Amino acid sequence: MRQLRQDNQEVFRTELQVTPLLRKGAQWLPFVLLLALLGVLPLNAQSQDEAFLATIGELRSAEFNAKEMIVERLTQAGHSSTRAVLMAFLEDRLFYRKDDTKVVIVKTTEGNPPELELIDPVSLKAAGSLAADQLTKIGTNNGLRRFIRTTVARFGLGNPDPSVRLDAVGDMMKSLDENTVAMLRERAAVETDGAVKKAIGAGIALYSLDSADAEEKLKSINTLRGSLSSDVRNRLALFLEKSPDGAFVEPDARVRDAAQVVITRIDRWRTFYSGIETLFFGLSLGSVLVLVAIGLAITFGVMGVINMAHGELMMIGAYTTYVVQTQMPNSIGLSILVSIPVAFLVTALAGIIIERTIIRFLYGRPLETLLATFGLSLILQQVVRSIFSALNREVKTPDFMSGTLQFNEALSLTYNRLYIVVFTLVVFAILLAVLKRTRLGLDIRAVAQNRAMARAMGIRSEWVDAMTFGLGSGIAGVAGVALSQLTNVGPNLGQSYIIDSFMVVVFGGVGNLWGALVGGMSMGIVNKLLEPYSGAVLAKILVLVFLILFIQRRPRGLFPQTGRSAENS
Amino acid sequence: MKRRQMLTTARLLAVGMVASLMIGCSSEPAATPAPAADTKAVEFTGDPIKVGVLHSLSGTMAISETTLKDTILMMIEEQNKKGGLLGRKLEAVVVDPASDWPKFAEKASQLLEVDKVAVVFGCWTSVSRKSVLPVFEKNNGLLFYPVQYEGEESSKNVIYTGAAPNQQAIPAVDYLMELGTKRWVLEGTDYVYPRTTNKILEAYLLSKGVAKADISINYTPFGHSDWQTRVAEIKKFGAAGKKTAVVSTINGDANVPFYKELGNQKVSAEDIPVVAFSVGEEELSGLDTAPLVGHLAAWNYFQSVSDPANTEFINKWKAFIKNPKRTTNDPMEAHYIGFNLWAKAVEKAGTVDVEKVIEALPGLETPNLTGGTAKMLANHHITKPVLIGEVRADGQFDVVKNIPSVPGDAWSDFLPASKNIDADWVDLKCGNYDKTTKKCSGQNYK
Repeated sequence: MRQLRQDNQEVFRTELQVTPLLRKGAQWLPFVLLLALLGVLPLNAQSQDEAFLATIGELRSAEFNAKEMIVERLTQAGHSSTRAVLMAFLEDRLFYRKDDTKVVIVKTTEGNPPELELIDPVSLKAAGSLAADQLTKIGTNNGLRRFIRTTVARFGLGNPDPSVRLDAVGDMMKSLDENTVAMLRERAAVETDGAVKKAIGAGIALYSLDSADAEEKLKSINTLRGSLSSDVRNRLALFLEKSPDGAFVEPDARVRDAAQVVITRIDRWRTFYSGIETLFFGLSLGSVLVLVAIGLAITFGVMGVINMAHGELMMIGAYTTYVVQTQMPNSIGLSILVSIPVAFLVTALAGIIIERTIIRFLYGRPLETLLATFGLSLILQQVVRSIFSALNREVKTPDFMSGTLQFNEALSLTYNRLYIVVFTLVVFAILLAVLKRTRLGLDIRAVAQNRAMARAMGIRSEWVDAMTFGLGSGIAGVAGVALSQLTNVGPNLGQSYIIDSFMVVVFGGVGNLWGALVGGMSMGIVNKLLEPYSGAVLAKILVLVFLILFIQRRPRGLFPQTGRSAENS
Repeated sequence: MKRRQMLTTARLLAVGMVASLMIGCSSEPAATPAPAADTKAVEFTGDPIKVGVLHSLSGTMAISETTLKDTILMMIEEQNKKGGLLGRKLEAVVVDPASDWPKFAEKASQLLEVDKVAVVFGCWTSVSRKSVLPVFEKNNGLLFYPVQYEGEESSKNVIYTGAAPNQQAIPAVDYLMELGTKRWVLEGTDYVYPRTTNKILEAYLLSKGVAKADISINYTPFGHSDWQTRVAEIKKFGAAGKKTAVVSTINGDANVPFYKELGNQKVSAEDIPVVAFSVGEEELSGLDTAPLVGHLAAWNYFQSVSDPANTEFINKWKAFIKNPKRTTNDPMEAHYIGFNLWAKAVEKAGTVDVEKVIEALPGLETPNLTGGTAKMLANHHITKPVLIGEVRADGQFDVVKNIPSVPGDAWSDFLPASKNIDADWVDLKCGNYDKTTKKCSGQNYK
């Protein structure tokens, strides 16, 4: 969409080059007639404009199907403003005035301004502005937009930007016919960009598969040999179908064999890539689990505090992201980065307050800690409900986190998940460094191993307790920032993750950060490996059952603590 | 000393916790909705009429149900300004079942047995409705249920003002068929409404000649947030060369990550449109709508429908809730219709007695908010227009198809078990009448 909008702005700047594209359109019979008419009669520009305006005027009241025909007629008539009008139509910017029903283009509707700036559809010049309620939008639906998009793609073929051309070819591939293929052929002759050339070649070859000539088909199959596209596979599969009387639809055995070879190859590669994809899904689910669990691995694992309000600390982190974002609405990308330290500080502070006011009185009494923190979690939820209402809040995804990293036609990984995998590893590394390399980490480990001895050595164990709890809570807040990009930011955010995070910590081995990492990742991967076969509901149950059995065998988890500290716990 | 101090703190905490739990569950007598100024203007006689409001104000469903509580409070305020009903003032009794299904039954019997309310407006999920049904039938209460649901039910004591499947799901599928859809993914949350709806839709699609291999049905748990695998599978399913659409009965919170994942994996509405039955203006207000543009929703009301009655309702709502950004949605309209039907029935019957009101209801008509009329039918459902809308960038809907006035069908004609079942509370006095055996099973719900 963004692409299209930019594209569209170009339209206003540059004059349209429609004629060369339509030169080849001579195969259209009606168009030939029209051209002939244009040639014979000295039709002036003014009447052409009038005809154009009349045609777009028909859009006002037509049904969706009829609108398609009108769009088709517009492209055939080839007025120089056609593309701009179609782009406006595609982006819901084509309106008509309520008073005189004249069709106009609106410059932008973003942000719902009360006054809309108008553009004349014929001259594409500014035409003043009008109150929004004085205009009626000319509606589109999915089917129509798809149609317009493939139509407009024809205009994009001559664009100087290769990526626009590539998109244009991609759109045209969705509905190949004689005319579009003719355009592609013409473009192929002058195309310089390798990727675009290849895409055009594939498009033409795909179309040539319909030809009656076996040699032509073989040549096309040969061209498509390296493709991984499902369109190609579906088309080739038609060659192998049998008609009801048992004979093959495709009479030539060579074509069938060639098609079979390509299909087998495509299937093999697609299976391979979908395996990689599943692995990635598992890793990304695993990293979410790790992220929500490592904060808990500190408070529960190192300190032995069962903090049921851990999820609510994540929720506070997510709401912090929301608040930061409302403070800097113009730089969404930056706001996420700013949110990370802010959320850490806010939740760490909240954690320290909780530790100082509640938990420190309950050390050594796990049941009461559990009840108190559970109560606290309900209080925090209700507080958030009172401040922000029960409705979910909208946290925008920054541009760099949306979209996919495309490796080939069969494999693409989503950016937001990639970032979260990386983010988890970074957070994990930092946490590990803090525990192993800093004075605070040393104190934390000392107090966790032997409180009395640590105190005897001059460590202020109460201060260390507060800091440890703050650190664990801060990490929960950072996890909340990541979750705000994946799920709802609402009062129930924490609840849905608390059980998972306890599972990871118990599975990994209490008191062990590496255990949380390995435990979370393997649970994620196992879950995702099971999901395609068993469905999401059963996969979750199976993982739980496995976990119960595992804990029966090894009550101390994957990486049990050894030595003296294990005996105390 | 230290130990005693700790004990006291712990005790305090425990008290605090219990108190906080109580807040979540207690029944709060509603702040009297009518301001003093109005009571001066209107003279009321006799005892006030009590109106029960049974919507979750806390827990997972609070997001949707709080709005409905406010809608009813607004309607009561309006009615009191007009002089109440039968000269008596209306008074709301609001309880909070806290998204907990057994508590719905508990709170329902409290409303009916202790507060002795004349009518109850409430419930959202089908589970909660099923849980209160026996209570309403036992106490002969009256419940107005405002949400689209799976059908296969008709109780004497319930008025279904939301859509039955033939008023939402079936027309939506018809619309997608018109657009040339050949392959179907029925994606739902794992509970009764999606399962029954999908059963009906599957039977319907098969009856329309869709091959079994072209239908994929899948369920995910409540609040499912990791949609990567499902979306990748939908993508694969849709890459088979036939036009594919997703019919989504995904509930509540799970929708946001679902649409986000669709956007991230670049599944556009032009390639694989998703038509949803549970995503409305309210749900969209909490998420970034950019990846949703063009996806569909089927409802009986959209805020964007331009109609004088709708504009008036929206303005009143924004003024009542004191927030110009609040949206209206389909279940709110259902409550609007339900409340007006009830008020008309009370005036017609001249009493709030449940038996008489139920008798007076069938045949009554009241304008809906989209320029049509809602008629109360003998099977305790109403006529509704079916609107199919596409999501716009601003979180509102563009209506792309409008089927006026479809009567609600309690028992689906597409399920073998229910196609011969009829519900008629006027002549047959039965919610489960078998047309072939000519017997009333006596059981009003399953």
